[in-house]
Amino acid sequence: MPPVLELRGLSVRHGGVPALDRVGVTLEGGRITCVLGENGSGKSTLVSVLSGLRRHDEGELLLDGVPVRFGSPRAARAAGIATVWQDLAVAPLLSVWRNLCLGAEPTRGTWPLRRLDVDAARETTVRALERIGVTGVDPDQPVNTLRPGARQSLAIARAVHYGARALVLDEPTEPMTIAQHTLIGQAVLGARAQGLAVVLVTHNPRYAHLVGDRFLLLARGQVAGDLTRADVDSDDLTRLMAGGEELTALTTRLQELHPELGDR
Amino acid sequence: MSVDRLPFRAEPPRRRLLDRVLARPSLAAVLGLAVVVLLFGLRVPDLLTPAGLAAVLDSAALLGIGGVAVGLLLVGGHFDLSIGTVTLASAVLTAVLVGLGEWGIWPALLTSLAASLAVGLVNGLLVVRTGLPSFLVTLATALVLQGTTLSALPLIAGAPRISGLDAAPDWPSASAVFGATAEVGGGVFPVSLLWWLAVTAGAGWLLWRTRFGNEVLAMGGSRRAARELGVPVPRTTLVLYALTATAGWLLGTLALVPAASVGATPSLVTAIDFVVVAVIGGCLLTGGFGSMAGAAVGALLYAVAREGVELAGWDQRWSQAALGVLLLVALLVGGTVRGRLRAAPRS
Repeated sequence: MPPVLELRGLSVRHGGVPALDRVGVTLEGGRITCVLGENGSGKSTLVSVLSGLRRHDEGELLLDGVPVRFGSPRAARAAGIATVWQDLAVAPLLSVWRNLCLGAEPTRGTWPLRRLDVDAARETTVRALERIGVTGVDPDQPVNTLRPGARQSLAIARAVHYGARALVLDEPTEPMTIAQHTLIGQAVLGARAQGLAVVLVTHNPRYAHLVGDRFLLLARGQVAGDLTRADVDSDDLTRLMAGGEELTALTTRLQELHPELGDR
Repeated sequence: MSVDRLPFRAEPPRRRLLDRVLARPSLAAVLGLAVVVLLFGLRVPDLLTPAGLAAVLDSAALLGIGGVAVGLLLVGGHFDLSIGTVTLASAVLTAVLVGLGEWGIWPALLTSLAASLAVGLVNGLLVVRTGLPSFLVTLATALVLQGTTLSALPLIAGAPRISGLDAAPDWPSASAVFGATAEVGGGVFPVSLLWWLAVTAGAGWLLWRTRFGNEVLAMGGSRRAARELGVPVPRTTLVLYALTATAGWLLGTLALVPAASVGATPSLVTAIDFVVVAVIGGCLLTGGFGSMAGAAVGALLYAVAREGVELAGWDQRWSQAALGVLLLVALLVGGTVRGRLRAAPRS
């Protein structure tokens, strides 16, 4: 069985500068892959490619072994790849249900009288939130009356609801509370249990080691390391994250030790 | 924060009545309307006769159609200053085709609609492609279009005015659609009222009850979030500009057909009026929220103030000052609305 998602020699360029340079990764179902790296190492670009916001310039992106090229995040979501964005991607003045269903609103009637099925959308919203353990939410409430943690719940509920094959999480850069980390942890572990391919972009190596099955280290748009739990403990990961020099040194070391890594 | 406390605490389901009232974006317009009706109703009772009402509604209809179109665009996070000149230019084009080219009125109207849509697409493409502020982009296209129209009309027609268009053979059919009137109790009510109602209801439905509307709201609220969720931002923007251009064409037609003539008069300032009307009606200048019915009430408020000042025999320019004050109040209330929307406890 082919992996859910696979990147083969995938490159993305911003102008002439490669943001991702010949990246090769397989993302299997039922596994949590933590993506670690400094700022500018290509983590966000990887998220953009997986979720359809950016198209790759070279190489291949395979979904279930079939090369795909998503035209927009909507296409990626339709294919079952849902994303929790770093900024959570919520429109502040809109209600909870409008935010949750945005881009996949249930409709009824035929064009030109096709209209939002508001009741169905509200129901979907309540169910999606209940699925991640959140109850008693008024779906008509504007999102900016929610507390930041609740906004995150909304973003996670949306991704869990629409993600049938893969879940991509780009952790916010600002420090999170324990409750927020817990929520993300529950979401990724739940998705893994359902056999989804999970990609977690995180800044916290201890947390990564706690939930992750695999660790993808990125540096300057290249894969600097593709490690499993057997290869590292959480201290190793912390050290790897501590500084760019260490990461570069490790890249070289690993490549010496493991010639099969090749020039990635 | 403890682990067991999941971060989605249910907010109290019933927000306080005051909060809910203050969260209505059209609050300022409704209050303002009550105030001006009271003020001018006492000062100039003529305003409340059928004739006075017809005059108010006549000017409110045109302001309202433009205000609603601009309001929809404001909700999407954009601006259009060119709608006033599209109005002028499309009316002039129709008049030139009918009066000088001896076209039928319907082919001429379709041609000017197509030309208006082209202007809308140019606006939209410029905004989408360059990423420049739409305020400036549409100001530029408005100036180009107005200058071209005002200087080309006398050259083509040999006079600054084209009239006598009602000589065209199929004129009565167009007149029935765009220029009909109904007399009720001594007041002559124009058909533009029905267009105004239809445009307001249609825009409200489009904004709040369709996928397109949800995309417009999201795009105006947070363009980054909209892109990340797959809203086709360029396409939505283009459609919005096409809609305001169509509204401009409708306004031009509604002005041209009853008069059966058109003159070269500058019209850039009317675009500002539309923005004022939309903002008084509760559309946020920053995008992401607004009310089409509110924009219609805003137009009514504007029209009452304008006609009231005229009937009272005051200098017309006073109404501008009053509107300025009103706009300021509306902006402050808009700030309160957003403040209220954010006012729920945070931690």
